[in-house]
Amino acid sequence: MTVRIDVTAPDDPRGAHVVANAPLVGVSALTACRVTRVHHVDGDVTLEQLTELCDQVLVDPVVDVRVVDGVTPHEGRAVEVALMPGATDTDARELEQAARNMGLPEIRVVTARRYDLLGELSDADVATITRRLLANDTIEIWTEGELPAEFAGVAEADVRVEPVPLEGLSGDELLRLSHDRVLSLDLTEMEAIQQHFAAEGRHPRDAELETLAQTWSEHCVHKTFRAMIELTHTAADGTVTHSHHDGLLAALRSVTEELDPPWLRSAFVDDAGIVAFDGEFDLAFKVETHNHPSALEPFGGANTGVGGVVRDVIGVSARPIACTDVLCFGPADLPEDRLPEGVLHPRRIRDGVVAGIGDYGNKLGLPTVNGAVLYDEGYTANPLVYCGALGILPHGSHPTEPQVDDRIISLGGRVGRDGIHGATFSSAGMDASTVDHVGSAVQIGDPITEKGLIEVISRARDDQLYHAITDCGAGGFSSSIGEMGEKLGVDVDLSAVPLKYPGLQPWEIWLSEAQERIVIAVPPGSIADLEALCAAWDVEITDLGTFTGSARLVVRYGETPVVDLPMDFLHDGIPRREMRAVWADTAPNNIEVPPLDASHVLRLLAHPNVASNEDIIRRYDHEVRGGTVVRPYVGPEADGPADAAVLKPLGTVGTKAVVLSNGICPAVGHHDPYAMALLAMDEAVRNLVAVGGDPDQVAVLDNFCWGDPTKPDRLGSLVRAVQGCTEGARRYAMPFISGKDSLFNEFDGNAIPGTLLISALGLVPDLHRAIDSAGMAVDDDVWFVGEHQAALGGSLASEAFDLGATTVPTPLVDPLPRYRAVHAAIAAGLVSAAHDCSDGGLAVAVAEMAIAARLGVAIDVPADGLDAATALINEAPGRLVLTASPADRSVVSSILREHGRRIGSVTADDSIHLGELVVPLDAAVLANTNGVVV
Amino acid sequence: MSRPPVLILHASGTNRDEEAAQAIRLAGGHPRIAHVNELRSGAVRIADYASVLLPGGFSYGDALGAGGRLALELRTWFSDELALAAENGKPMLGICNGFQVLVKAGLLPGPMGEPRSVTLTENAEGRFECRWVTLRVESACRSGWLGAIGGMTIRCPVAHGEGRVAVADPSTAARLEDGLVAFRYLADGPRPISNDPVLAGGVYPANPNGSVNDIAGICDDGGTIVGLMPHPEDHVFDWQRPSGPEGGSGLPLFEAFVAGAR
Repeated sequence: MTVRIDVTAPDDPRGAHVVANAPLVGVSALTACRVTRVHHVDGDVTLEQLTELCDQVLVDPVVDVRVVDGVTPHEGRAVEVALMPGATDTDARELEQAARNMGLPEIRVVTARRYDLLGELSDADVATITRRLLANDTIEIWTEGELPAEFAGVAEADVRVEPVPLEGLSGDELLRLSHDRVLSLDLTEMEAIQQHFAAEGRHPRDAELETLAQTWSEHCVHKTFRAMIELTHTAADGTVTHSHHDGLLAALRSVTEELDPPWLRSAFVDDAGIVAFDGEFDLAFKVETHNHPSALEPFGGANTGVGGVVRDVIGVSARPIACTDVLCFGPADLPEDRLPEGVLHPRRIRDGVVAGIGDYGNKLGLPTVNGAVLYDEGYTANPLVYCGALGILPHGSHPTEPQVDDRIISLGGRVGRDGIHGATFSSAGMDASTVDHVGSAVQIGDPITEKGLIEVISRARDDQLYHAITDCGAGGFSSSIGEMGEKLGVDVDLSAVPLKYPGLQPWEIWLSEAQERIVIAVPPGSIADLEALCAAWDVEITDLGTFTGSARLVVRYGETPVVDLPMDFLHDGIPRREMRAVWADTAPNNIEVPPLDASHVLRLLAHPNVASNEDIIRRYDHEVRGGTVVRPYVGPEADGPADAAVLKPLGTVGTKAVVLSNGICPAVGHHDPYAMALLAMDEAVRNLVAVGGDPDQVAVLDNFCWGDPTKPDRLGSLVRAVQGCTEGARRYAMPFISGKDSLFNEFDGNAIPGTLLISALGLVPDLHRAIDSAGMAVDDDVWFVGEHQAALGGSLASEAFDLGATTVPTPLVDPLPRYRAVHAAIAAGLVSAAHDCSDGGLAVAVAEMAIAARLGVAIDVPADGLDAATALINEAPGRLVLTASPADRSVVSSILREHGRRIGSVTADDSIHLGELVVPLDAAVLANTNGVVV
Repeated sequence: MSRPPVLILHASGTNRDEEAAQAIRLAGGHPRIAHVNELRSGAVRIADYASVLLPGGFSYGDALGAGGRLALELRTWFSDELALAAENGKPMLGICNGFQVLVKAGLLPGPMGEPRSVTLTENAEGRFECRWVTLRVESACRSGWLGAIGGMTIRCPVAHGEGRVAVADPSTAARLEDGLVAFRYLADGPRPISNDPVLAGGVYPANPNGSVNDIAGICDDGGTIVGLMPHPEDHVFDWQRPSGPEGGSGLPLFEAFVAGAR
């Protein structure tokens, strides 16, 4: 029998949240919202047993009321929302497990949520609230009134393998096939596949075509970053140069090889880059993007973004220890009429993304410690979600060579139809119909299963139970097993794969990007130990086949052949692209900068890109694992933004700590992407140095989010940014150790601003000498490091005050001496607080320090020959504000040398004096924390 | 002096077990992290340990309400062993998710099997919250092992979404006030805590979740079982404490817990 169980918490704050948000979507009449959790239970159980189950696990007797075998009476308008059949329904699975634990007969459960909406609401109001606040059509169904229980049907196993004839197809027909099957392959690639099978004298099977499309996708093989590119570049002064680029990725890698510092362990070859921490441990670091899925289903997209990057770190045998996130959204206050059709409002995307990141990171027990949030209308339809993960592993503990006869072992989640075509989907642009085509590419994560993988892999690694490991990400098994078996060849039987529900065709099992899976190569003698480990930690383990030595990718479903491809064609058969790129830097201009008053400074502090993100940050656990030394917000009121995060990994000895920072300045890239790259690298380094990091041991990751690279101007700016990265790596002696590109971030032909995120990983030699921006005391000297520039192009002030500046700052040529000097002063314990000058320049930097410390600051604005306003708001690189005791003045001066000058002091006064300009501290706090300018 | 063996119970989704083990080690105990599966199989027995610690995290994803499924498992599979441990006076400490489990299992404030009148539910702000708070160990608390540190203050973080202590009725609140309140949230401020600290008074964010009477933790009638929402295990070294209000380390709490097991 099927029984409905309703559980309602009358004071559920989620209802109040809906009421609070209704006016933001244009509904003012909603007065109350009551949330009911609905469970449909099917099984051979008595009502008495169900009532017992309900009272044991579903109902909190202190706050809940329940209805068993009935429907809670409606109040106002009732809307029910449920996940689409087949989507991950964790609550349902847990209730089924609870029944098992209680010794009840097997039950099947589906869940839903009911919202009772009170107030004078029109039909349109109910629809608006539902669509905008309660349900997401990408993954959920809803109705006013009651939704019937939809149990996923018990479908027959479907072992069809279908041939896809390519013989005789014209170019147009090949392209249509590529489009219709979401293969995202171009004509040259389709023709290469056509020729391969013509030579074999047979039709490709569906799974073979899909495997090639995944392996050859932009996402997996980085076609653009491996292409040969001809660039025509027009510099700001009109000089035109033509250059040939023999692979962007090769250019980035070659600088790393050229620098080759002794602490570099592994770069670009694996799921994550690896550097030394101390004599015993190494650190693994990776940053990924999950942009397209987050645009469609923000919670699930960001959720699985965190899950994916954490698996990258597990995939190099490391234990994850921290997460980072950098987010780019459209303006939170975007007027409704500027929202393109088929696009979620930036506010909803932001709230969903933040909740998704918090949910996954918090449940994995990982501190989310470093990040940034940027708002720009260019990200409205294409938000950017950069998720990073840091891991730790004993030095030399990561095996990378599978052996012939090793078993192919899959660990973790079950396979469903979810996430099919994720890799090819992320290699194409989006439009309003995207949801209909690729809804299946969006998924919901299950962090608890991934947590099990962390526990099992760290132990299996210590017990040396496997020879190789890789994350199962984009492309699913087709990519992970295909890559792992590249040298040896594999024989895989898909009939062994545990499924979430039956009915998947073999190619779907092979391609599914169902989350929380890791593949390892295990010698037959270690299987028993691994099985015991998996049993102890509740992790599902599956033997999929063998590493053969045949150099072929052989996939079967039982005895039915599914894929039989030579590894060399799969991995080396893709034709190399030849591409054309064009870029012209913006011509410089001279602009008039009006004199500043206090309200200008307050407007900068209240700007969404500067104002406090505390509301977001506090939803992330930044304390778990007990290693957080410098946290995202600092100072007595914990509301001053930190420059970087400092972590002491749990279980390590000594005083060394890790520092994570980032640099990102897309507004500069609009004018000069080469400069943007160098300035972003500078920002990452100065943030890292500001908390006590050593500038002589910094590794960086690149993350390029760009538009469609087949359009020459998009590709032109991308090539210029890569050129900036390689030059920056040399100037800062800072190797790239890993990276990621997410291209095709376009909506209806409009590209996002080309956005480069630089993520830096460094070390603080002594965690007791780590500092933040708030540690100063009254009467401390204020020191300024660096020089201003008259260039306001790409600056926050240019945007906020509509100055129209186009001249961007000139990157530093020899940056290390100044950063070494600052580091020496901090490492000697002489600096009480430090903060970098970035968005909003010196004015914002000094104000943020005053806010963080709740102390006054008075400076004479160092002019460098500029007017006071330009000196206060320019965003030239290489500048920091430090404070130090006046007793140490001469020694600080001798360490900073020509790089530093004393410009003022910390005061007990409740105001910020920037030369003649005076900003009351309380007004600054209000602007920065609440966005209110008084 | 011998190091008492402390069982740290791990269910799938548990975290902060390693920090808890670190705190126990620093406090002189000998921690052993064991999965519930190991208890079920009999490979690990509660009887072999001097005390039991339930750490933080999201056991089984907290899908059925925080701590719900693990609470069910404790009641279904281990109620006799837990009752015996309590009878023998073995200290039991639940932190965050562990506290939620003990409450949902009916062990706090107990006795198990009675209808529950205390719960931990959604934060008043309606969202997960991570921030440092100040706690006071209540001198009036009847817990014997906690008595050693009565009146002390502890600075440490909270990190939870369902940490609001709520009671079914006024008589339950009165019952808690009769020596069952173990920890309360104190008012925050940038200045050192005076000798006469002020309670948070229900005001966010010093009371981060809207708990009734600023209650951050409680004990059972016998005083051996103690639970709290904040994370004293995340403040056992000086360098872990951010600037801001003064307040003590969490280490004395673990020292008292380990000493209570001797």
